[in-house]
Amino acid sequence: MTVVLRVEGITKRFGGLVANDDVTLDLHQGELLALLGENGAGKTTLMNILFGHVVPDTGRVVAFGQALPPGKPRAAIAAGIGMVHQHFALAANLTVLENITAGTQSLTRWRADASRARRKLTELAQRFGLIVALDARVGDLSVGERQRVEILKALYRDTRILILDEPTAVLTYQESQQFYAILRSMATKGLSLIFISHRLPEVMESSDRVIVLRGGRVVAERRPAETSRDELAELMVGRRVARPRRESQPSGPVLLDAEEIDAAPKRHMKLTAVSFHVRAGEILGIVGVSGNGQTALAQLLSGQCAPLAGRLTLFGAHCPRLWPRSCVASGIGRVPEDRNNGGAIGEMALWENAVLERVRERRFSIAGLVRKRPGLAFAAEIISRFDVRGGTPTSEIRLLSGGNMQKFIVGRSLATAPRLLVAAQPTRGLDEGAVAAIHEHILAARRAGIGILLISEDLDDILQLADRVQAIVAGRLSPDIPVTAADPRRLGLMMAGVWDGA
Amino acid sequence: MRLERRSQTPVGMALAAPVGAIAAALALAGILITIAGAPVLDAYQRMFMGAFGSRLQITETLTRSTPLILTGLAAAVAFRSRLWNIGAEGQFYLGALATAGLGAKLGPFIPAMLLVPSLLLVGAAAGAVWLLVPLGLRLRFGVDEVVTTLLLNFIALLFVSMMIEGPLRDPLAFGWPQSVPVDPAATLSKLVARSRLHTGLLIALAAAITIWLLQARTVFGLESRAAGLDPATASFAGVSLVNVLVRVACLSGGLAGLAGAIEVLGIKGYVTTDLSPGYGYTGIVVAMLAGSHPLGVVLAALFVAMIFVGADGMSRALGVPNAIADVIVSMSLLTMLTALLLTRYRLRR
Repeated sequence: MTVVLRVEGITKRFGGLVANDDVTLDLHQGELLALLGENGAGKTTLMNILFGHVVPDTGRVVAFGQALPPGKPRAAIAAGIGMVHQHFALAANLTVLENITAGTQSLTRWRADASRARRKLTELAQRFGLIVALDARVGDLSVGERQRVEILKALYRDTRILILDEPTAVLTYQESQQFYAILRSMATKGLSLIFISHRLPEVMESSDRVIVLRGGRVVAERRPAETSRDELAELMVGRRVARPRRESQPSGPVLLDAEEIDAAPKRHMKLTAVSFHVRAGEILGIVGVSGNGQTALAQLLSGQCAPLAGRLTLFGAHCPRLWPRSCVASGIGRVPEDRNNGGAIGEMALWENAVLERVRERRFSIAGLVRKRPGLAFAAEIISRFDVRGGTPTSEIRLLSGGNMQKFIVGRSLATAPRLLVAAQPTRGLDEGAVAAIHEHILAARRAGIGILLISEDLDDILQLADRVQAIVAGRLSPDIPVTAADPRRLGLMMAGVWDGA
Repeated sequence: MRLERRSQTPVGMALAAPVGAIAAALALAGILITIAGAPVLDAYQRMFMGAFGSRLQITETLTRSTPLILTGLAAAVAFRSRLWNIGAEGQFYLGALATAGLGAKLGPFIPAMLLVPSLLLVGAAAGAVWLLVPLGLRLRFGVDEVVTTLLLNFIALLFVSMMIEGPLRDPLAFGWPQSVPVDPAATLSKLVARSRLHTGLLIALAAAITIWLLQARTVFGLESRAAGLDPATASFAGVSLVNVLVRVACLSGGLAGLAGAIEVLGIKGYVTTDLSPGYGYTGIVVAMLAGSHPLGVVLAALFVAMIFVGADGMSRALGVPNAIADVIVSMSLLTMLTALLLTRYRLRR
């Protein structure tokens, strides 16, 4: 097989941090190569070097036998390298066609040659099964369709090597399956693809070859047939990481009961007639594709938005609406879905972040004066009990890694022994070690008899933690099923809105 | 070349930033002084002597710094919670007008001991109201307060002008547009005999210390800082943004109004439309130079007052136009913004 892309001895340092350490790898014609690694393993830096966004300290990139000049994205594009970023670069108010052709036309021509572009795109779309309406506004498309637009955009520029950064992070199980089928067909038609992922099942199922990065180095190269999920996980993390197992246990009384609740927070999908209940010592998992009302549900139960209709019963008493401080006071621990925008204030110290939501309690303030000493002690307690590394009670929280910040946020809620925990996307963007730690804390809370509402887009979270599952689709909730009756396929169907009685 | 976020700003660097910024501003203004035909070092020496060279000059510098401390605090308090109050000038004039208007009439009705405190309070309240209006527009309709507070400055000034040409006009002022002087019992006493320095300076210093304690020690301080740094997270934690902003606006507008009241009761005894040579706007520079720290505001206000007072001396001695003071102060805002950037980011190639 011919080598189409070769990365030779790439090293890149940022200050004292070695992001890439003598990385060498080959990509063959028609190959589907998976680049596996945790956050901070150097995947993104490597891709940015490949694409000319970052200049390496040493080493070079060779495409089709030609060394690429470093730091020149245009040269990479000209050489046929295309990239699909995790966060799409599309203009919502332009059509698919306009998005794709933007930037490819000569500025000196009066008219865009739309018909030629249209012919070429129709042909590309058919050849690779990337069906999408060219005249639709991108803002009206689903996330899966937008991804196809991004790929078409790359192909339109005659890409022969396509790099995809975490391509399935936003897709359902079924959509991902479909998506990998498309990638496969692109590979068999001669394109060469690299996809970055930290999802082991996908990597095992879909790639021809896996390269594992850790700490900026290539630590292993495997063929999926010759390896196992466990081995890859160990290679990726550098040690054995086992996610904790959920033991069955009897659940207690109903703590939270929602009947036919409507809610409409600003700028988010609204909730329509959702019903669910959470018992003590059990985990109710809410699974769904991003943007289907998870935010509204989390806001409703975190006291950020009021129910418009329906009945909410909390700890046996009718509760017309919750406020953030009344949640905290009545024993609802809250983990917001975006730890950097809602969870913690980067420029404030850990202790300030720890006490902010309960600063008016007697423990942390008297007559309007903040009591710093108990605040520091509270932060120190969270740090030691929840194994938060990389910070002290007085250091700024932005200096923590994502995993440690999340452990801190979860710890802040659990340290005060709440009765109910509302956790929205608690493992989003975390690496394997941190996910295992968060899972352990959530299961420990369940053992302690806390009722937990777990809202997650990650099927593994749901399958490994939840006792019962409901799917959220377009602001509605499916009936619950026990997790023992759930598998990725069934959950995928539920997330697509297919459930009994829907 | 690009900017890279520093993981931590060293304390020394944070303290060095204003010093470096001022040095850079003085160096840049030095070019203009050279063009004006004067020796730079000599000019700066005369400027310094003009501000601190004699007892009278020292008291004059301190007198000048008094309103700047208050307007600087007004800006610092607001900016900390991301309330972009550009309207301290208008709040200053409203405070001055209310104090002068009532100060001329209330005398007979209020015990002398309470007269000054209640007039200062009236001034502060007027300033606060003048900021609550644009805040209300922002909270209710999403109107950008940068625009409204700025434009309200002109409205305030025209309103003052209307009042002192009309209802409040002093009939004994030989036709000059100024208000009726306040009751003599309502003036602030002098700190130093035969100077303009008055007890307003002590009030300003007390305000700085109070604001500092408020921000560093209280629940309100913690919540208002959180609301400024990250409104979404603050409101998730149960901080009411409306509540915080209203209180911040009362403080900020109140401080600016207090500055106006103190200028009336401490210096002139009445209002004119040239009571403030831009104290409200200069307060923004003071707050930036101080990194919005209340105690830093005192130092920054002293620096700015020194430039203004000193420039007069320099101008008399060397014939350099005293507009150079405005240039230095404006320049120091620009260099300070640059310095702040460099404390947070490092340059990389």
